[in-house]
Amino acid sequence: MTDTQWPVFEVFHQQARGEPHVHVGSIHAPDAQMALVLAKEQYARRMACVNLWVVSAEAILATDYEDADIFDHGTDKSYRESTGYQTTKRAKAIGDTAEI
Amino acid sequence: MVYPMQEMPLNDKQGDPGYEENLAAFEARVARGDKVEPGDWMPNDYRQQLIRLIHVHANSEICGALPEGGWIPHAPGFKRKLALVSKVQDEVGHAQLLYRAAETLGKPREEMVEELISGKSKYSNVFHYHAETWADVAVIAWLIDAAAIVNQKMMAEGSYGPYSRALKRICYEEAFHLTHGYDMCISLATGSKLQRDMLQDAINRWWKPIMMFHGPSDKESKHTEVLMRWRIKLKSNDAQRQEFLKKYVPKMFNLGLTIPEEWEFRYDEATKEWRYNEPDWDEFLNVVRGNGPASALRLRTRKLAHEEGAWVREALAAAAAGEHVPVPVEMN
Repeated sequence: MTDTQWPVFEVFHQQARGEPHVHVGSIHAPDAQMALVLAKEQYARRMACVNLWVVSAEAILATDYEDADIFDHGTDKSYRESTGYQTTKRAKAIGDTAEI
Repeated sequence: MVYPMQEMPLNDKQGDPGYEENLAAFEARVARGDKVEPGDWMPNDYRQQLIRLIHVHANSEICGALPEGGWIPHAPGFKRKLALVSKVQDEVGHAQLLYRAAETLGKPREEMVEELISGKSKYSNVFHYHAETWADVAVIAWLIDAAAIVNQKMMAEGSYGPYSRALKRICYEEAFHLTHGYDMCISLATGSKLQRDMLQDAINRWWKPIMMFHGPSDKESKHTEVLMRWRIKLKSNDAQRQEFLKKYVPKMFNLGLTIPEEWEFRYDEATKEWRYNEPDWDEFLNVVRGNGPASALRLRTRKLAHEEGAWVREALAAAAAGEHVPVPVEMN
């Protein structure tokens, strides 16, 4: 009997030009070409789709959820957010009432 | 780490070093409503319960396609046939999504497919019965899909990320099954006397399996407590059954349908719940163990389909290995 425990391909789906490709799931396939065929059947039967990507799951390197603290900010980084500034108030004070 | 993570975390059983601390952190995360992802530490019991549930769910999608698939050649008219083909295709697709979700917990798909065929793993009680008439197909598509949606919408909010994602996609497709099922039932209920009788007969045949669909009563269900604590399941079997009945019993009455008298169905105004005679849960367990009227036929059909599809799998493997695959002349 043929073993169909084939490699896993992650599937990315784009709803319209200009939209990002979004990860929707994964499938088993003997190769990338067949992965595209199966991904179309599996993930593009409903809803708009203009483009599909398949990526060998083995090619993906990911961070570990255990290490999610690497994304925490060690110090106050509000200086790099637009909300970190009181500029509207300050601009008004110098007579600029138009939107920034 | 490489995704998807293959090696399973250690010390996940009671008595293992660090188990209690890990369990406390895990339960706190789940209680916060955080999703669990593959590769996270999880108790072995959580992993095994999820594998069991997702495997049975996937099997049920496959076996659910069998009684309906048998009716494709006999569908009354081209539109109904197209819709039925589409529904059957959806169900098989759902099984593929679910087997993938279960695989992220460490059980290979091949093994799950084999265990269904060998009768080692279970599938939903409702597919152990024959679909005797076209009205049975309508009742399955309307009421059984409705009951399944109650269950799947709840499970989609559960704690395991891959299962939850698969279910959201599945619920989207099931919405068409439900609409089409209701449409079929309306056609029969508003048709000739023969059609109305056929629909009522189907309800009479299916009401018992439908009442059993959400599983044993809370008084008897052995898994519910831990499944709810780990947010694998968010509502008890009886709560799901009531949710289904509240919405669909009035719709059935509206179609002029009745529930067989032996159930003594009555609405309790005080609790806003339906009361009925409790199903025989021993019978339910016996059916899901493979002793239902259609159990043997289902597995025979599934085995045959798997064997007859072997050439497709062989051709795919051969093509990927760079071998020439002869194409039938008419396709050239």
